[in-house]
Amino acid sequence: MPYEAFKDNEYIENLVQELQASGTNVLVGSLDKLINWGRSNSLWPLTFATSCCGIEFVSLGAARFDMARFGWEVARSSPRQADFMMVAGTIVGRMVPVFRRLYDQLAEPKYVIACGGCAISGGPFKRSYHVAKGIEDIVPVDVFVPGCPPCPEAMIYGIMQLSRKVKVERFFGGVNRQEKEQDFVKEHPVAAEAEKIING
Amino acid sequence: MATIKEDIAARFPKATFDEADVLLINIPDDQLHELARSLRDDFGYDFLITIVGVDRKDSLGAIYFLSSTTQHTEISFQVTTTDREHPAFESIADLWSIATIYEREIFDFYGIIFLNNPDMRRLFLNIDWKGYPLRKDYDMESNNILSTESERQSDFTNVYTRGADGKIEVAEKAVFKPNDFVVNIGPQHPATHGVLRFRTAVDGEMITKIDVYMGYIHRGIEKLCESLGYPQTLHYTDRMDYFSAHNYHHGLCLCIERAAGIEVPRRAQVIRVIMDELSRIASHCLFFGTYCMDLGATTMLFYTLRVREQILDIMTKTCGARMTFNYDCIGGVMADVDPDFVKDVKALLATLPANLKEYNKLFVGNVIAEGRLENMGNMSREHAIQWGVTGPSGRASGWSCDVRKTHPYAVYNEVQFDEIVMQEGDSMARFKARILEIEQSARIIEQLIDNIPEGEVLAKVPKVLKLPVGHWFQLVEGCRGLFGVYIESDGGTSPVRMKFVTPSLNLAAVVDSITTGNKIADLITIAGSLDYIVPDMDR
Ligand code: SF4
Repeated sequence: MPYEAFKDNEYIENLVQELQASGTNVLVGSLDKLINWGRSNSLWPLTFATSCCGIEFVSLGAARFDMARFGWEVARSSPRQADFMMVAGTIVGRMVPVFRRLYDQLAEPKYVIACGGCAISGGPFKRSYHVAKGIEDIVPVDVFVPGCPPCPEAMIYGIMQLSRKVKVERFFGGVNRQEKEQDFVKEHPVAAEAEKIING
Repeated sequence: MATIKEDIAARFPKATFDEADVLLINIPDDQLHELARSLRDDFGYDFLITIVGVDRKDSLGAIYFLSSTTQHTEISFQVTTTDREHPAFESIADLWSIATIYEREIFDFYGIIFLNNPDMRRLFLNIDWKGYPLRKDYDMESNNILSTESERQSDFTNVYTRGADGKIEVAEKAVFKPNDFVVNIGPQHPATHGVLRFRTAVDGEMITKIDVYMGYIHRGIEKLCESLGYPQTLHYTDRMDYFSAHNYHHGLCLCIERAAGIEVPRRAQVIRVIMDELSRIASHCLFFGTYCMDLGATTMLFYTLRVREQILDIMTKTCGARMTFNYDCIGGVMADVDPDFVKDVKALLATLPANLKEYNKLFVGNVIAEGRLENMGNMSREHAIQWGVTGPSGRASGWSCDVRKTHPYAVYNEVQFDEIVMQEGDSMARFKARILEIEQSARIIEQLIDNIPEGEVLAKVPKVLKLPVGHWFQLVEGCRGLFGVYIESDGGTSPVRMKFVTPSLNLAAVVDSITTGNKIADLITIAGSLDYIVPDMDR
């Protein structure tokens, strides 16, 4: 997909600027590029579907949309082997601890895509007594894909955005996930609590 | 009907009657069990469709819907109590096995205790959940759902009984036997088709008991409906069993239309039926794909999704979406069909027989498939009725329970089709029943597609829709079985109680009893053959 065809290029540019603010070592910079080229072209999703949106994710894997074209084909059932988590579906109270644990089990570097209205804000069930109003309160999110359910094309676009993000990231040094996670914990007291429990 | 009423009045002098679309018997709670038994044994109402809990502010109650599997008529009875602190009714779990689950649901939602129910735990919500969410005075903010601390679990359940002095006594009972080895499967497991959890007790490789743990996608739809206008409630039906979106929509629309006295134009009725049947084909196709994938035959998914995509194309053109169509609406359908509709559907029908032949060739005759499916997870007709297992799974056990035949709605009584009833009752029969059902669905569409009458697709419906005071009950056939809607109205714009009877709850509940004695490796094939949808059971 050509660069101009993406819709939110300023965001990525800002991210690049931010990353390069402190200058880049030539050697590390090129190594970064190489590694990121590899990573961004073989993002493996975790099979994680709770409801309707998950069915569109199944269609994504089948012949018509065929996400294998982009190198995302190996949907893993174990979080330990996956790179990112496509949260397709509603997250409810009973699922929150399980969901958080799955996220914690993903190996670094890890990413989350919030797919569909439910994952973004609670969607049609926003006012329910048992539905989380968006997963951002529980885990950090990299890409949001709106829709109810988003059509498979939108999902492809969303994952493409993620690979672009991965491409410009700094693998060695710089801002990495751990720091981001710490920032997130600071902002979200709920996650801090979880951290405490996990670390004993 | 009159004679049954007189009969019951003679036997239960305290009963009062309420004439609605389904006869409602009001009965004091001390005679509840007796009445239920008598209705089952003497009057032939042998199928418990559902139990609906209600909160009318000054009283709590439960309405039991029964059906006769031979006469295909319904009857209902109701018990109420004004005690909001310790409401308790007699359990009927000894008469119908599925009542255990239904009563647990009501306990979870309303806090009504059922005496002598062998397993009185909450069904969808955590043990430590405060309050009962479907009560009218429930504070929506009273529970913190964002806690990431693992929920507290207990291996014990409570059994409540009434002691000699009339006081309610509690006894603790273990869910598993002391020496059981319990394997946890789910909630995040690729073969449970969603977030369902089985706590499986095994003896060596043999399953001795399964504790089905639900609620990982309980979204509180029924409570949400109580605060919305009738047209707004429709879209939730798309999101329970997302494969039966059209069928469920149809059911809820029928119920509201009947209550409001709206006549649906014939063109809309025919379109609705065609859409229902297309959904059925698409749904069964996806079932073949995912089910075979569970068994390791991944290829099948690509073949069956081909047909599904073809149907989704037809839907996209007319409804504008691939899923959650929101197409049926009160008084008809949202918009007329696409100009290409007839042509596209005919193209689909033309390719269907070849596709079905291919599925049969690929999978059904396969030795491995036969070995793993035949004589596995046997369910008899009585067993199916006890657990209320309807749809293709129930019919594969010899129970003719197709709502399209027993309670024809829309134009189903004008089309020719056969109800697929098989006698084997094993996983293979459940699989084959679906293939045969696709053929019948195609037959229905064939008869209708050239005869879509001209005319309006939407009747005149008032902008603000109010239903008169009363209650209504409607059944339709979803892709996985009987779907029911119960609406209670106080004359306002939103329902006092809206209950959805979904087939998947029964399908999941029956897993325990049909897998016991089988190997744990067969759990996935047996449970998969029932084809439940998790958001459908949790609602
Ligand atoms: S966003 Fe819509 S389609 Fe997706 S899970 Fe939520 S309700 Fe279902």
